[in-house]
Amino acid sequence: MQTNNNAHWQLDTSSKPSGQESGAVTVELYGAWLISRAIPKATELDELLTEVGNSCDEAMIHLVPGAGFEWDTGFMSFLLQLHQRAVAFGVKLDPSRLPVQCGQLFQLATAVKPEPPSAPAARSIVSLSEIADLVKSQLHFGGEVTLAFIALLSGRARTRFADCLFFFQQTGPNAIPIITLISVLVGMILAYLGLVQLRQFGAQVYIADLVAIGMTREMGALMTAVILAGRTGAAYAAQLGTMQVNEEVDALVTLGIRPVEYLVLPRILALVAVMPLLTIYSDVLGIAGGALVAVGMDLTFTQFFHHISQTLSFHAILAGCFKSIIFGLLIAMAGCQAGMTCGRSSAAVGEATTRAVVLGIVYLVVADALLNIIYYKLGI
Amino acid sequence: MDIQRCSESAIQVRNLTLKYGTRLIQQDLNFDVDAGDIFVIMGGSGCGKSTLLKHMIGLYKPAEGEILYGGQNFFSSSEAEQQKMRRSWGVTYQSGALFSAMTLAENVALPLQQFSNLSVAEIRDIVSYKLALVGLAGYEDYYPARISGGMQKRAGLARAIAMDPDILFFDEPSAGLDPLSAQRLDELILQLRDSTGATVVIVTHELASIFAIGSNGVFLDAETRTQLDTGSPEQMLNHSRHAKVRSFLARGEMSTTHNTLSGREARS
Repeated sequence: MQTNNNAHWQLDTSSKPSGQESGAVTVELYGAWLISRAIPKATELDELLTEVGNSCDEAMIHLVPGAGFEWDTGFMSFLLQLHQRAVAFGVKLDPSRLPVQCGQLFQLATAVKPEPPSAPAARSIVSLSEIADLVKSQLHFGGEVTLAFIALLSGRARTRFADCLFFFQQTGPNAIPIITLISVLVGMILAYLGLVQLRQFGAQVYIADLVAIGMTREMGALMTAVILAGRTGAAYAAQLGTMQVNEEVDALVTLGIRPVEYLVLPRILALVAVMPLLTIYSDVLGIAGGALVAVGMDLTFTQFFHHISQTLSFHAILAGCFKSIIFGLLIAMAGCQAGMTCGRSSAAVGEATTRAVVLGIVYLVVADALLNIIYYKLGI
Repeated sequence: MDIQRCSESAIQVRNLTLKYGTRLIQQDLNFDVDAGDIFVIMGGSGCGKSTLLKHMIGLYKPAEGEILYGGQNFFSSSEAEQQKMRRSWGVTYQSGALFSAMTLAENVALPLQQFSNLSVAEIRDIVSYKLALVGLAGYEDYYPARISGGMQKRAGLARAIAMDPDILFFDEPSAGLDPLSAQRLDELILQLRDSTGATVVIVTHELASIFAIGSNGVFLDAETRTQLDTGSPEQMLNHSRHAKVRSFLARGEMSTTHNTLSGREARS
C-alpha cells in the first residue's frame, strides 16, 4: 500500500500539445509529497525543463494533482526549488490547479525576489592582511593608552581612583587562593625535578638554590602572569566587550568622556600594581613548596633555608618583579584592546575573550624570552 | 561663539554621505535643524536612520560632507572642541545603554561628577530631581538589570538631561514600549523641549509619535539611498512630491498601484 503511495511525478502525455501551443506541458503529481517521506529532487526535472525551455520563449509547465496527492512543507520546498530552477531555464510554473492553500503559499514565497548571494569573502587560515590589521590596531591602542597616561600624569584625565581600587581588589586579593595552589605545586615540581638529577652527584643541598632562584627569577612571575591572563585578561575583555554590545561605550563617548581614560586606564593600572605583589607572594609559597619536598627527602629545614639565605640575592627578586610589571602591562593591554575592538554581538564577546587570553599568553612568553636574553647580556 | 547663527539653525547637514566600509548607506543628505525644533528622522526599516544619528552624535565619521553645530564643523574641530560640543548634547540609546555596573543614581551622577564642581550632596539632589522628572523617583539604588525596558529608557533619558543639554538626541525612544508608555514618553519629550528650550533630534518610525511631537523632519529612503523630502510631518503628508512619503505617513492607506506608479514617476 505504502509503496504505491510514494511521491512521484509523471509527464502527462495525453495532453502533450501538438502544434501551436508547443511550449506548455502538464506534469501530474501522484502520492504523498510529505516531509516524512521520500520526495523526488527538483533536479530530476532538469531534462524536461531544458527541453521545454528550448522549445519556446514562453514555455509553461502546468502542475496538476494526480491520484492520492497529499502535500505539506516538504512539497512546498520542492516547489520553490523547482521554481528557482525553472526561472533559470526560462520556464514558468503554473500552480493554479494545485490546492488553493498551496498556491497561496507559493505566491508568498515567491513574492519577493531573492537577494543575489553575496560572494563569500576570501578567507585563508591566517592571512597577512589580518596580521597587519592586528598589529596596526595594537599599536593604535598602545598610542591611545600612552596619551591617556600622559593626561593622567598631568591631571587632565577622567580616571577615577575608586575604579582603580575596585579592579585592584578584583585582580589581587580575589586571586590569592588559586595563586597559592599553583605556586606551591610549581615549587614542588621544581624540587622534584632537581632532586632526581642532583642526587646522582650527591648534591641534594643545591635544590634550595634551584627552587629559590627558579621561583624568584622565573616561575613566580610567569605562573602568576599565566593565571592572571586567564582570570583577569579574559574578564577585562568580556566586561569591555559587553559594554560595546550594550552601547555603553558609545554612551561614554557622547557624554564627552574618553573610554580609554575612564575604562581602560584603571584596569591597566590595577593589574600593573597588583602583579609584583602577587609575584612576591607566589615566590614565597613556591619556595615553601620546594622546602616541603626537600624535607620529605634528605634535607632539613635549617639546611634548606641556610642555603637559600646564602644564595638568594635581592637582585633575583627585583628581576622577577620587573618582569611581572611588564607582564601585567601586556596582559592588561591585550585584554582591554580585545574588549574595546569587540564587535556588536554575543559571539564577538566570546571571540574577544579568546583573543585576550591567547594574545596575552603569547605576549608574556615572548617578553619573558626577550627579558631573559637582556638579563643575561647585562649580567643581572 | 556666533550665537546668532545658533538661533537660526542648531544643526546644519551638508552633502553628507554615509558608508559602512564600502557599503553605501545614504548620500547627498542636506537639511537644517532649527533651534527649538523637534526634528524627526524617519524612514522605513534599514534605511540608515540610526546610522545617520550615530554620525550626528560624532560616533562615526562621515565618508563625505559635513555637519555643523551652531555654524561650527564638528569633524574638522580639534578633539578638545569636539569634547566640549559633546558635553552640550544629551543622547539616549535604543537599549538605554545604562552602565550596568552602576545604580541608576550613579549613572545619572556620572556626567555631573565629571564635568561640574558640585558637591556630593548637590549632585545627589540633582540626580533625584532628574529621576523624578522621568517618573523614576525612588529608584536611585536600583541596578539597570532590575528594572523594565521602558524604565531603562527613561533612566537613559534622565542621564541624557543631567547636564541640561542644548540638543537632545533620541534613538527610537518608543520602540518596544506599549502605546501608553510611548505616549507618556512623547509628552515628556515635548515638555522638556518647552521648559528647557532644547533642540530635539529623534529617530523613529512610529507614526503616532511623528505627528504628535514632530515639528520638522527628513524622510530617508532605503531604495534610492538619499533623502526624499524635508519639512514638518503634516506638510509632508499633504504636499510631498513623493507618493512613497505620503503613503508612509498615511500608513499605506492609499491605493498601492497608484502609489508605486506615481512614486516611480516622481523619482524619475
